[in-house]
Amino acid sequence: MAKNRFVPWIVPVILLAAWQLSSQFGLLSSKVLPNPVAVVESAVELARSGQLFDYIGASSKRALVGFLIGGGIGFALGLSNGLFKTAESLLDSTLQMIRNIPHLALIPIVILWFGIEEEAKLFLVALGTFFPIYLNTFHGIRSVDKALIEMGDVYGLKGTALFWHIILPGSLPSILVGVRYALGVTWVTLIVAETIASNSGIGYMAMNAREFMQLDVVVLSIILYALLGKLSDLLAKIAEKRLLKWHPSYQK
Amino acid sequence: MASKEKEIVLEVDDLQKSFGSHQVLRKIDLKVKKGEFVAIVGRSGCGKSTLLRLLAGLEKASSGTIFINGKPLSGKNPSVKIMFQDGRLLPWKKILQNVGLGLQGDWKECANQMLKQVGLDGRANDWPSELSGGQKQRVALARALVHEPEILLLDEPLGALDALTRIEMHQLIQSLWLEKNFTAILVTHDVEEAVALADRVILIENGEIAMNYPVKLPHPRKRDHALFSSTVNHILNRILGDGGHHGLRAAKN
Repeated sequence: MAKNRFVPWIVPVILLAAWQLSSQFGLLSSKVLPNPVAVVESAVELARSGQLFDYIGASSKRALVGFLIGGGIGFALGLSNGLFKTAESLLDSTLQMIRNIPHLALIPIVILWFGIEEEAKLFLVALGTFFPIYLNTFHGIRSVDKALIEMGDVYGLKGTALFWHIILPGSLPSILVGVRYALGVTWVTLIVAETIASNSGIGYMAMNAREFMQLDVVVLSIILYALLGKLSDLLAKIAEKRLLKWHPSYQK
Repeated sequence: MASKEKEIVLEVDDLQKSFGSHQVLRKIDLKVKKGEFVAIVGRSGCGKSTLLRLLAGLEKASSGTIFINGKPLSGKNPSVKIMFQDGRLLPWKKILQNVGLGLQGDWKECANQMLKQVGLDGRANDWPSELSGGQKQRVALARALVHEPEILLLDEPLGALDALTRIEMHQLIQSLWLEKNFTAILVTHDVEEAVALADRVILIENGEIAMNYPVKLPHPRKRDHALFSSTVNHILNRILGDGGHHGLRAAKN
């Protein structure tokens, strides 16, 4: 068992060692890629000055707020379109049309509308997270087993009771898939948005460092994005495990 | 026990049901006495499940009326509960919560009590996915009976179970029926099951009642009784005989 735990780490450790060694022996110029130790040193330095946490904080806040706005609207519309046929016929085809626009293609117009202020980034993140959550909520509700709804009907469940006992729990697996996917989109969107125009956050840190040729800080920012993305996926996974305890695929 | 003058709890009067141009039930007339156990048999697609769904209020009749306790049925009647072939437990609720579905007030006590009666005390806190097929059907049975229905409809509830589990379930259903005195209507394709449980076996063919056969054996039924197997054979021959005839006719056309 213990052996298995370490197996996934073998390749990353070898790569890291190879990276460190090749920069140490001059095979890899520090102008191309700084060595891992330098990246860690710059992280420590930025952490000591407190800047690192400001940057991480600013980006995380954007990610969270944008995700909540976009995800919230997506969830609400997914619910209403999934539950009510009239809402679906009124809204769904419009939403499907908008869905075909890549949200990052809107960056120029978003900058014109909002400048490089917070709203621009929140708008893009919200737009990016909206669709995965909308689609999966909608689909989740529609694919709840009709037999279970009929059963609930026999046992006198109507309206909100039917929703809480059967429809929502039945669509939760699908909704959570949407959440995980949307979290991925959140970080990708944020990276692009922060890199193009920003005065705080990890993207700003990277672009700032680029101007001063601080390659170690640039690499650090890439690693930070990766870690934050991984962290939010982990949180979503934990939520999945807790909320879907009943699901055979989540039982140990 | 079986007094002739028992009141009629369910009456079906000239019931017809079509899906589009396909007529599933042509003309069904049926009277069921209070506390009676009626089994409905027939080949697959004969309309027996449709009849049960009509009684449960899950489908609307094309014409004709169903009376429950003398009142015409419209929508669902809360004193009628149906048990489905596929159990239909909510996978996201623990066993106890599944049994208590739709109950109000102090339901946990009743649900626990009912679980005990179907032999599943101790499983209250398990997920449905942890139960075997037979156990799931026990839960579904408990969920139906906890409402103390006057009429229990059983839609091939044991169709997916193995032979041994089935016999156990027959015994369970029978003992609960004898104890609680509800009226039971069982749809099944298994003639032996029908004879093991029912006071009366009804055969549906081509959307009509083709046979109404009282089973004159004392409850609880003994399978090694000579009359048991002859009753089963009699009904089976009746179903198969007519089916062969139909096959011939179909081949000629």
